[in-house]
Amino acid sequence: MNELQNKIIDVIRELLATKKINLFIGYGNGTLPLKTTPYFVEHANSADKLVWNSFCSNNLAVYLPYVMSDRKTRVGILCKGCDSRSVIGLIKEKQIKRQDIFIIGVPCPGILNSKKILTQLNVDEIEDINEDVDNIIVKFKDGKKKFRKSEYLYGCCINCSHPNPMIYDVLIGEMKSISAQPDSTIKEFSAKTRKERWKIFEDELARCIRCYACRNACPNCYCKECFAEETKPKWMGATNSPSDIIFFHIGRIFHQTGRCVDCGACVRACPIDLNLRLFTRILVDEAKERFGFEPGLSLEEPLLFGTFSLSDRSECMTEPK
Amino acid sequence: MVRSNSTFVPKVIAFLCNWCSYAGADLAGVTRIQYPTNIRIIRVPCSGGINPLYIIKALQNGADGVLVSGCHPGDCHYISGNLVVLRKFELLKKFLEYLGIESERVQFSWVSAAEGMRFAQIIEKVTNDVKKLGPLMHFRKDMPIKTNE
Repeated sequence: MNELQNKIIDVIRELLATKKINLFIGYGNGTLPLKTTPYFVEHANSADKLVWNSFCSNNLAVYLPYVMSDRKTRVGILCKGCDSRSVIGLIKEKQIKRQDIFIIGVPCPGILNSKKILTQLNVDEIEDINEDVDNIIVKFKDGKKKFRKSEYLYGCCINCSHPNPMIYDVLIGEMKSISAQPDSTIKEFSAKTRKERWKIFEDELARCIRCYACRNACPNCYCKECFAEETKPKWMGATNSPSDIIFFHIGRIFHQTGRCVDCGACVRACPIDLNLRLFTRILVDEAKERFGFEPGLSLEEPLLFGTFSLSDRSECMTEPK
Repeated sequence: MVRSNSTFVPKVIAFLCNWCSYAGADLAGVTRIQYPTNIRIIRVPCSGGINPLYIIKALQNGADGVLVSGCHPGDCHYISGNLVVLRKFELLKKFLEYLGIESERVQFSWVSAAEGMRFAQIIEKVTNDVKKLGPLMHFRKDMPIKTNE
């Protein structure tokens, strides 16, 4: 891990020093243990503050539309598999230009859920963290504890079928073999009755405080004016009534159809840990199953809703009896 | 407002495309074909312009069902509007069903300007489907507030 981190720092320093890019978006150490924060580097001599470890959870593509809007030179970005797919999505939706960005691709080892580890630890202060390929060793005042990485992965990383970056200018590290576990939660949920499904959906969203963190963390949500805040037409009230919350979530999730790369940014951003993935994942699966479409795999493939085929099965149409 | 199942009169919002389905509805009227009076027609330029939010919003604001109707594939006034929207319709229906909102509440159909009879039959089918399901109380704006008891 440290090797990779040093390699990344070297490459970025070189790029910034030779003015190939004038801003780099990567990860820096967070203020809390087992956390990283998005880190923007503008000068070659601050590149050594960049980090790369198993807690680099943010989808950095979310910042690109903002930083590109007032910049004429190139911006560099660190991309895991899902980040690179988001970048492809943004390029295809004409939010950024391919020639304006410089992509450092890093095959993703899977991101660890720091909350899960911290609840297991139950200590005040963490002194040091060491990691190798399979394990992570957390040192604290009275000793140390070893965690198997595979047990503490985020849900979306367990089911991830594209850990390797899809596009890159420089690749750091070796391409990973794909070992995705199929997601059984969707099937289990679908097998329930309508009433049970709605109950689960309703109860889950009853906890929502409508902070819009899920929207803000999502790279696909770049609209200058979101339907949630639009006043003409006014789609929903500003109260926390269950009806408005449900409307917001149905609207938001359906808006991601054919664009969601299942990076899990919305789930990680949620301050009350709503299981949003249970509801977003279905559309990812359906698009793949019905139309053979997976977002962000190539720059050439048209968008799901931007095209049609005469062979699209129209089994949803109503026919008179 | 309490609406029991026995006296339930469904409210169905129908988004009809200007060029085919609206003319089809007009033909049904001109030829005096009887069909249920539960629909509220909204004329739209093209079924391809239907934002899924319109449908969800209608359901939130008191509609028990929504029908979207456009030209037959290949007949679209704007060449391919109805084909472009087809994928959206399919996935929206699937998504609502997955969440637990009966997919029969949201229906899509093709009706041409010459198919007054077909229009009447489709309205009948949609109204009957929605009637069987009863009022939609899932996330209505005016639904009673739940207490934590």
